[in-house]
Amino acid sequence: MQTNQLFLIFCSVLLLLGLAAFFVGRSKATRVRAAGTAMYAQPDQYAWFAVVATAGPAILVSALGAFVMLLLGTEIPTFSLLLVSLVVAVVGFALGMTMIRSNFHARRAIERVIRWVLAGAATISILTTLGILISIVGEALNFFQMHSFWDFITGTTWAPGNSFLMAAGRGDGASGGAEFGSIPLFAGTFMITAIAMAVAVPVGLLSAIYMGEYAPDRIRSIAKPMLEVLAGIPTVVYGFFAAITVAPFIVQVTDAIGLDASFNNALAPGIVMGIMIIPFISSLSDDVINAVPDSMRQGSLALGMTKGETIRDVVVPAALPGIISASLLGMSRALGETMIVVMAAGMRPNLTVNPLEEMTTVTVRIVAAMTGDLEFESAETLSAFALGLVLFVVTLSLNLVSVIMIRRFREKYRVNNL
Amino acid sequence: MSDSFDQISQQLKSRHRKSSRLKYFSMGALALAAAFLLVFFADMLIKGLPAFQQAMINVEINYTEDAAKSGRAAVDRDFSSVISRSVVRTIPLEMRNDPSLLGTTQQRWVLASGEVDQYLKGNRVRLDDEEKEIIDHLVESGKVEMQFNAGFFSRGDSKMPELAGIMSAVVGTVMTMIVTLAIAFPIGVMTAIYLEEFAPDNRLTQLIEININNLAAIPSILFGLLGLAIFINFFGVPRSTPLVGGMTLALMTLPVIIISTRTALRSVPESIRHAAFGVGCSRWQVVKDHVLPLAMPGIMTGSIIGLAQAMGETAPLIIVGMVAFIPDVTASFTDAATVMPAQVFTWSGEPDRAFVEKTAGGILVLLAVLISLNASAVLLRKKFERRW
Amino acid sequence: MNSQAPQVSEQQTPAVGQPYTRNQEACHDLSIRVRDLNLWYGKTQALSGLNIDLFQKNVTALIGPSGCGKSTFLRCLNRMNDLIPSVHTEGLVEMDGRDVNAVKMDEVALRRRVGMVFQKPNPFPKSIYENVAYAPRMHDLVSRKADQDELVEKALRDAGLWEEAKDKLQEPGTSLSGGQQQRLCIARAIAVQPDVILMDEPTSALDPISTATIEDLMDRLKQKFTIITVTHNMQQAARVADYTAFFHLGEIIEYNDTKVMFSTPAKKKTEDYISGRYG
Repeated sequence: MQTNQLFLIFCSVLLLLGLAAFFVGRSKATRVRAAGTAMYAQPDQYAWFAVVATAGPAILVSALGAFVMLLLGTEIPTFSLLLVSLVVAVVGFALGMTMIRSNFHARRAIERVIRWVLAGAATISILTTLGILISIVGEALNFFQMHSFWDFITGTTWAPGNSFLMAAGRGDGASGGAEFGSIPLFAGTFMITAIAMAVAVPVGLLSAIYMGEYAPDRIRSIAKPMLEVLAGIPTVVYGFFAAITVAPFIVQVTDAIGLDASFNNALAPGIVMGIMIIPFISSLSDDVINAVPDSMRQGSLALGMTKGETIRDVVVPAALPGIISASLLGMSRALGETMIVVMAAGMRPNLTVNPLEEMTTVTVRIVAAMTGDLEFESAETLSAFALGLVLFVVTLSLNLVSVIMIRRFREKYRVNNL
Repeated sequence: MSDSFDQISQQLKSRHRKSSRLKYFSMGALALAAAFLLVFFADMLIKGLPAFQQAMINVEINYTEDAAKSGRAAVDRDFSSVISRSVVRTIPLEMRNDPSLLGTTQQRWVLASGEVDQYLKGNRVRLDDEEKEIIDHLVESGKVEMQFNAGFFSRGDSKMPELAGIMSAVVGTVMTMIVTLAIAFPIGVMTAIYLEEFAPDNRLTQLIEININNLAAIPSILFGLLGLAIFINFFGVPRSTPLVGGMTLALMTLPVIIISTRTALRSVPESIRHAAFGVGCSRWQVVKDHVLPLAMPGIMTGSIIGLAQAMGETAPLIIVGMVAFIPDVTASFTDAATVMPAQVFTWSGEPDRAFVEKTAGGILVLLAVLISLNASAVLLRKKFERRW
Repeated sequence: MNSQAPQVSEQQTPAVGQPYTRNQEACHDLSIRVRDLNLWYGKTQALSGLNIDLFQKNVTALIGPSGCGKSTFLRCLNRMNDLIPSVHTEGLVEMDGRDVNAVKMDEVALRRRVGMVFQKPNPFPKSIYENVAYAPRMHDLVSRKADQDELVEKALRDAGLWEEAKDKLQEPGTSLSGGQQQRLCIARAIAVQPDVILMDEPTSALDPISTATIEDLMDRLKQKFTIITVTHNMQQAARVADYTAFFHLGEIIEYNDTKVMFSTPAKKKTEDYISGRYG
């Protein structure tokens, strides 16, 4: 029999058992109650308890079995596993029935189960982080067994070109021509991130200042949704815009002033990425600027400061932790941004400081390694995980610093909505 | 003791100038963001609107003996080069399905080739002068027309630009989003309820909280690596499918739903909980019957925003292989599929210039959906917003 | 205090625009003259027809039940009400021969000469030193670092904070206690060397000991500055003020020498308030 069909049968039998448990449980509880015995809970609660007692352990057993199967690679026949689960369900059913007594706290038992289920859901987020960590670290370690960590960190040539030969056992000798020096990739990433931040921080911060300090309500009510639209544009769309509109425009402009720019220059993705990050910075900065107590502004104005001086010397410094935190978040987003650079930046690793030249980034190489027709175990594919690991560590630390800074700010002004 | 007003005002002049400079700079920054948005939308509309129009040619199709073997024989020699290859290709099939067609003649509007379509839209094409003459002549005689490109919405992907449509990507998106929501919504809401209403304030809870905030800021591409390593390689979920794509996006959407649900739960005043506890409700009953219904609009708003975010995501889906070429509509959650943003990405890489307008057209559809989703979230929030 | 305290011209029929002012034999020089001042929050009138003369190098207390407009009036004197868009003012507030509300008057220049201390201490998120030095530097009152140091020390001494703060000038202003913070705010205000210092219930957020310190300070500061303070505490008014104005529902009911007012109030309403019948 097909696994799918087996599974279907298992589910329907379990469903039937559950239904039976519900109705039998309820009728038993009703009977006990009708006999005049005071009970701790409502009949429905006993019924639900019976359902949980029946289905809960069965599902747990089958899930555990499936997981063990995957983890150890041992074959437990699906049929027997499901059968065992059903037996467990029947046992649970019988036990549940005997528990329906007047002195049993069905409601409390259900609440305990609910609590555990909710707590279980909460651990999913931890598992996700662990999953990311394990998958990336595991594969990255595989990679570092093939290529030295030191070369990866300090090498200035990224040329994975011949690695598939090595993976196929046809490489000639130790080096095989493949080099995995990640410095040019990180240089490209930081260059594009720097351009993005150079666009996003001033524009985002000044926009936030305008909205928080100057703008009449009417403009505010237009500007806020406008920035939200900017934040809602998918990155693939930004990427298309960068590649098809901004990059040729930059080439034209640089041609006109006698400079030479590549169509895959770093400037176009950098600028567009900056625009993408503006709403992140402006909305968070707007929040913190609004959270700066008004008494501080009044204190400064009452000393005979102009409005501009008040903003520059009092409001912005007071909001600074929040603004820095917003910028760090924006920066971490820029570092990890993929689609814009995949579509608009180059593929060729290039160690340069000229933003008009083609350069590539970490995320571009991850995508390139993952979309080629490569064996999963090839060094190039695995190098993506090594790059991902560095990306993870860098963005994680930026996020943590940012969280700490915003917490400081919150404690200082006792604002709870940030 | 101190200077007179006039003296002070004199000193203040340059400071006032600086002050107003800040005002104009900040106003300019906002205007710059607005200007960008305008340029962006104008650019997309100019590039994308032509995709909703398609050149059609009115031709006479002769279902002859020869045509049953090669579709080229069914149409006039002049036409065979300007109509889409897909038209002639299907003629033998048509005749096989309906033998009564043999010997008849039909006058029909058929798809023009991509080149002709581009030529009529005023773009540069590879047609020679003779072909251009034929087309000009056809336009004059009213045999060529620009019509609404319904096929763009009803067909799947194709290597021929005149045939390429977004249908398979739309279906793939819907299926992926179903998986995403089915996983992220219950788990997200349950996590939020646990953290807000049940969790003791201990180390573990704090760890979960910090972790959720961090997940929200982890680059999306890393979720793709997770999907590849854990879901595909470890659990054996089939690659390129709505199932694996949806699972990957669900993990990304989870923090958004958790954070907004927590905010919604927190905005329900304590007094309501106290009142419910006061009449003897258990903790779960308080949450289920009193807190959740009040928080529901906020939860929905957050989920819609999370959904819109997931819908525009591309990078993790590339990693789990959802950039496949999918000409036919996907039928099951475990078949290869593509999604709207991935379709946009694929088209943007096509060398044929005709795909530029397809890409921009797809982007317009995607943006329309996303903006209406976000707008509905805002409306929902406005409608149910409560001041306690 | 002085024995020639001017009499209230209450019994005489006041000339138009001149009720509740002191007679011209006053030994004190005029600092601020207010005539027919009206103020609205949107459509609600908060101040109606105020006329008052405020005198130099004295402490004037504004008392009255909450919501009577005393703080609003105080904020008219340095145009802090401009910050609230719905506020609309009419009438004359004259200082140094100039109409404070005139279009030509630069409110920044005005605030430079009319300093203010707020209800809750609001030090800037800077060091104690910078809190004091910031404004004088911006106003070009000091050019050299040494002058600046000297000015900061003088202001802190005047505010009675020097001994407590001299060893931690570089620590943030918020690290001080509430009473110290308020004195820092006073130091900050006097460092600009204004003519007038407005105090908006400066001790209402403080403990009794800090309150006493600030009251002593006001007594010393009036040798150099005109001090106008709002207080909800009548004992405080009686302790520190030379003159007291009693506000009720946006009007000045009575304005007189503090001693006179507290011993023999001219109006029934004043008497009722002072004796604690309402407020």
